[in-house]
Amino acid sequence: MLAGLYSFVSAGLFVVMDAVDVAFTEAAVGAGISTVLMLSTLALTSRRSKRSIRTRALPLLVVLVTGTALIYGTLDMPHYGSPGAPANHHVAPRYLRESMPKTNVPNVVTSVLASYRGYDTLGETTVVFTAVVGVTILLGVRRRRPNRPRDGGDDS
Amino acid sequence: MSTFLGLYNYWIVVLLMMGGFYVVIAQGNLIKKVVGLNIFQTSVFILYISMGKVHGATAPIIARGYHLYTNPIPSVLILTAIVVGVATTAVGSALVVRIYEAYGTMEEDEIHDQDKSL
Amino acid sequence: MTGHLVLRVVAKLLLPLILLFALYVQFHGDFGPGGGFQAGVIFAAGFILYALIFGVRQGRRVLPGWLAHNLVAVGLLIYAGTGVATLALGGNFLDYNVLAHAPAEGQELGIMLIEFGVGVAVSSAMIIIVYMFAGRGEDDGEEDRE
Repeated sequence: MLAGLYSFVSAGLFVVMDAVDVAFTEAAVGAGISTVLMLSTLALTSRRSKRSIRTRALPLLVVLVTGTALIYGTLDMPHYGSPGAPANHHVAPRYLRESMPKTNVPNVVTSVLASYRGYDTLGETTVVFTAVVGVTILLGVRRRRPNRPRDGGDDS
Repeated sequence: MSTFLGLYNYWIVVLLMMGGFYVVIAQGNLIKKVVGLNIFQTSVFILYISMGKVHGATAPIIARGYHLYTNPIPSVLILTAIVVGVATTAVGSALVVRIYEAYGTMEEDEIHDQDKSL
Repeated sequence: MTGHLVLRVVAKLLLPLILLFALYVQFHGDFGPGGGFQAGVIFAAGFILYALIFGVRQGRRVLPGWLAHNLVAVGLLIYAGTGVATLALGGNFLDYNVLAHAPAEGQELGIMLIEFGVGVAVSSAMIIIVYMFAGRGEDDGEEDRE
């Protein structure tokens, strides 16, 4: 449930940042697919998790060092929402200008996805296809479940 | 102060990213690692989308009367990234299920112990 | 979950709306938010809702496993096939200008075709993933013919 809530909140964030297509996709994917996936995985494995006895100091240190380096790196970045950012000046104005005359499609995200960057989208669809092949190989072959050693008895 | 107001979106992203990173490397349970990866992934999406936003602009759908549009290119990248992310999470969860069926446990150190004792 | 009457009734009412909305999002992706990826996920969510409430066996009777597997490949082939068609008509790969009598119409047709291919591929992919996960827990049932 927390995962679903997290997806919902991030979808809201995307709407605030004017990326409505992305918000749409994140809401649909997060609410529909991700939650079902997590629940199925939990149902197929165990809901118990062992309380970890290893020390947490080293991961915490790594995380703090990486975080500090990242924040130091963001000090040079353009401010949030600035129209003069370099990301907004390269090809984006050209796409926004030429999308309607050249492709007759008002939704610039769709026209960029399908026409200007259509080759990339072909690659992404192939990645989805390959992932389906992977899941089918891993989980599609039926066999009798072996007797798994359960830690501490069954819980339900 | 104006630096903070201008950069706070990146810092929120870094916070989420480090949270996800910590879960991945510190948790021993395999499913929790997958969840941490998901948190990391979403933080990267927020980073890209926040870089494309322009103040006072509207969504990148050409309509009469609007002159300022947000950058469409990050949206395009992240759109496919979300679906691909779900697909790869599915593959990762399938792997976790198979590992559980093979080893009987989902804790990382127990799996290592079983491997070492072979 | 076979005994929950309210869930079954509400699911039967909502399902056509969900599938219709998915088709709307697919074909109106040119004029508003939407497109192939979103429509595919919403379409799959409708089928997954059905499979969750009425059981995966019943869901497999409506949309069999072999059909879903073939549809993933068909979706990808529609996309790549459009590219090959533009090659055959004399343009570059995935150059939609040559698909119709005018470049703008060709672009519209090309965009609509490949978004449809993407929608079919993504929806079948999500359905297959959920079938695989849900079917793993059942020890009975027919073997998955590939």
